[in-house]
Amino acid sequence: MNDTSHEVAQGSHHLGGVAPTALSAHNIVKRFPGVLANDNVDFDVRAGEVHTLLGENGAGKSTLAAILCGLYQPDSGYLLRNGKPMHLSSPRAGLQHGIAMVHQHFRLVDRFTVSENVILGSRDLGFRLNRKEINEQVAAVAESFGLPIDPNAVVGELSVGQRQRVEIVKALYQGAEILLLDEPTAVLVPAEVEKLFDNVHSMTKAGKSIVFISHKLGEVVEISDRVTVLRNGRVTGHVSGKGTTDTRELARLMVGRDIELNAQRATHPIGHEVLQIRNLSLSINEVEVLSDVSFNIHAGEMVGIAGVAGNGQRELADTIAGLISPASGSITISGAMTTDRGPIQAREVGLAYVPEDRLGMGLVPSMSILDNLLLTRDRKVIVDRTSIRPEASRLIDQFEIKANGPDHLARKLSGGNAQKVLLARELSGGRSATKLLVVCSPTRGLDVGAIETVRSLLNDARSAGQAILLISEDLDEVMSLADRILVLYRGAVVHETPGATASLSTVGAAMAGLLENGGV
Amino acid sequence: MNDNIWILTSADSIAIATTLILAALGALFTERSGVLNLGIEGVMLTSAISAFLAADASGSIWLGLIIGSIVGAIMAAIHAVLSVVFRANQIVAGLALVIFGTGLANFLGKPAEGKTVTTVILPLSFGPLSDIPVIGPIVFGQDIVTYFALFIAIVSSLFLFRTRPGLELRATGDDPATVDAQGLSVAYIRIRYTFIGGLLVGLGGSWLMLAQSAAWHQASTTNGLGWIALALVVFAGWRPNRIIFGAVLFGFTLQLPFTLQAEQITIIPSAFMQMLPYLATLIALIALSRPGGRNLLGAPKALGTPFVRDER
Repeated sequence: MNDTSHEVAQGSHHLGGVAPTALSAHNIVKRFPGVLANDNVDFDVRAGEVHTLLGENGAGKSTLAAILCGLYQPDSGYLLRNGKPMHLSSPRAGLQHGIAMVHQHFRLVDRFTVSENVILGSRDLGFRLNRKEINEQVAAVAESFGLPIDPNAVVGELSVGQRQRVEIVKALYQGAEILLLDEPTAVLVPAEVEKLFDNVHSMTKAGKSIVFISHKLGEVVEISDRVTVLRNGRVTGHVSGKGTTDTRELARLMVGRDIELNAQRATHPIGHEVLQIRNLSLSINEVEVLSDVSFNIHAGEMVGIAGVAGNGQRELADTIAGLISPASGSITISGAMTTDRGPIQAREVGLAYVPEDRLGMGLVPSMSILDNLLLTRDRKVIVDRTSIRPEASRLIDQFEIKANGPDHLARKLSGGNAQKVLLARELSGGRSATKLLVVCSPTRGLDVGAIETVRSLLNDARSAGQAILLISEDLDEVMSLADRILVLYRGAVVHETPGATASLSTVGAAMAGLLENGGV
Repeated sequence: MNDNIWILTSADSIAIATTLILAALGALFTERSGVLNLGIEGVMLTSAISAFLAADASGSIWLGLIIGSIVGAIMAAIHAVLSVVFRANQIVAGLALVIFGTGLANFLGKPAEGKTVTTVILPLSFGPLSDIPVIGPIVFGQDIVTYFALFIAIVSSLFLFRTRPGLELRATGDDPATVDAQGLSVAYIRIRYTFIGGLLVGLGGSWLMLAQSAAWHQASTTNGLGWIALALVVFAGWRPNRIIFGAVLFGFTLQLPFTLQAEQITIIPSAFMQMLPYLATLIALIALSRPGGRNLLGAPKALGTPFVRDER
């Protein structure tokens, strides 16, 4: 597909005995209104290596990746492909130079078969489609990189890991030599991550270059040949050598100070029972999403729900919050039955809820921070903004929310700040003091600094005696915070373990449905 | 005698089916790209009167068909601009198009009232084949547009499922973000197929005018066939080959009351028979305008949803 010759590149990074530089970016500057996303960034990747871009959200790694694949054009700076200058005006131009991006949110048509998805947008094919021939081609590409996949399978019926494989096969089919993987492990269970890493190895063996974009230190150390750390749009460090890297050092480069991500589980007394769930079952559109779920949470205890997205977590949270009525079973909060009583009743008895969808369910984007705070506080007919204004200002300071005061519109907040507003509202108590806090994916999409803040806020709430239900797809988060871990698989609790002694492999196996029911 | 009437009914229902096939195929292409154009009825009416005026002025039936089709495409282009460029609510824009199209057609139709087209489209002659009893008038007694409509329906099916552009069209209706990520322009694809859809709807309307009615009867010229075409797409599950069968079935149901009246068969009140296709249409349209209903029917997933690229 790409007819540029593969002569040895004369790039400045080229040293004797090292593979030639396949792609390099020099002095890249990219400005967005009010933000300098990339400030004089240099980056290069050699044939057959994994070079990781590590950084917090907003550090500029996604911007750089977007420039490398042609989605954005840099304001200044230039790109070299095999040592030759190139200009990428679009992702299509990137593909023509053999550069492809595997997006975090898959770009696949659910109703299409694997091979239909793989060939979509491919310009080399003629007007007519010869299915048999295409299936063979797709299967051949997939096989050659150890990515076995059925070309006739309908994508909508595949697992997340398999879909990711389809994305990778698609990039390879289109002739990609350099693959940019954007947070590829975010959606995978541990076993799938291992498979992905195997695939990455077989691709690098075949001479492909991988640009791995991540903020998860552990996996970065495991997979990378080299790491470039970005912070505030600048390169703060290069680290090379597989397995020799210290996560602490990387974290420091990433955040700019020493951080403690593994907030220790405080030893604290566990009080009376706050939440009691008995035999909760729920079906939506005749599909069972919760099946006979029972557990309780005590005051000062944090229970973590682990599981791959879509195994009933969201429905569980919504049911506890009174937004969905279960088919059977009961929910008791602080001794009061809240089953079928609706969200207001649940809040009256001390429920606070931080939903996964911050700007959709949590906050009203078109309203100010102040008005969003008022939502759970005030049920008077006439809105009284003046009395709550001082508290709003105090919360903005206390939660370190970057905003121009209480009248800042919620939709103009960054993800991290929106989450802080939501937490500020829920943790500070509404019409009654918060006794039970249900939080869903509280740190998803946040940068490391904000993650640290949010986790310590959760810890503080637990120490203050609140019962917390933490629902998160980030297994590390659940493992490091929760006192007790429940694994939800197809709507049923398939595994329960104390947080302190939980083993990653057992929990991971339970998430993948490999454990038999009731593995306590 | 009796036999003859039934044969004529069948032949006439195929004639109505021609309009339905063309209009439904037009709606199908539009909807497969993710655009819901409820304005088909308005587009058809405007095309019909345009075709009439053009044919009347020029004396050429064929020029009438061409002008009518182009006017249909222009009307659909209005919808495309509103719903793709300005991302308007497509249901509202479509309904507005019906009102606009009906009004415009009535306005343009003032001078046409009471006139008839002097030449009509004649059935093709297949020589002795057309004289075969029963089959002759039904299969070999149609005009060229009918055969063209059938041909287009079959070609459309091959196009959708066997070609690369067809794949891209289906992908655009299902998952525009994916198409966008491949460097294809969602807006261009949607505008293109809404336009092509309008061309087909326009042809259906023009043909109805010139081959069937031959006189302008205002809104009752199309008599709700545009709405029925929309329902037909739903019943056909967005598949062109099924549209042929659906159109013949609907055509037969629409024609049957007249035959029953002529035969003085009164087991079923003819008004009830006449109502049936519209009742089916009403149900299909209600289902179509609800997201849940669309999913259930297997509609293109992004049908009726404007595409906005994720802004970072």
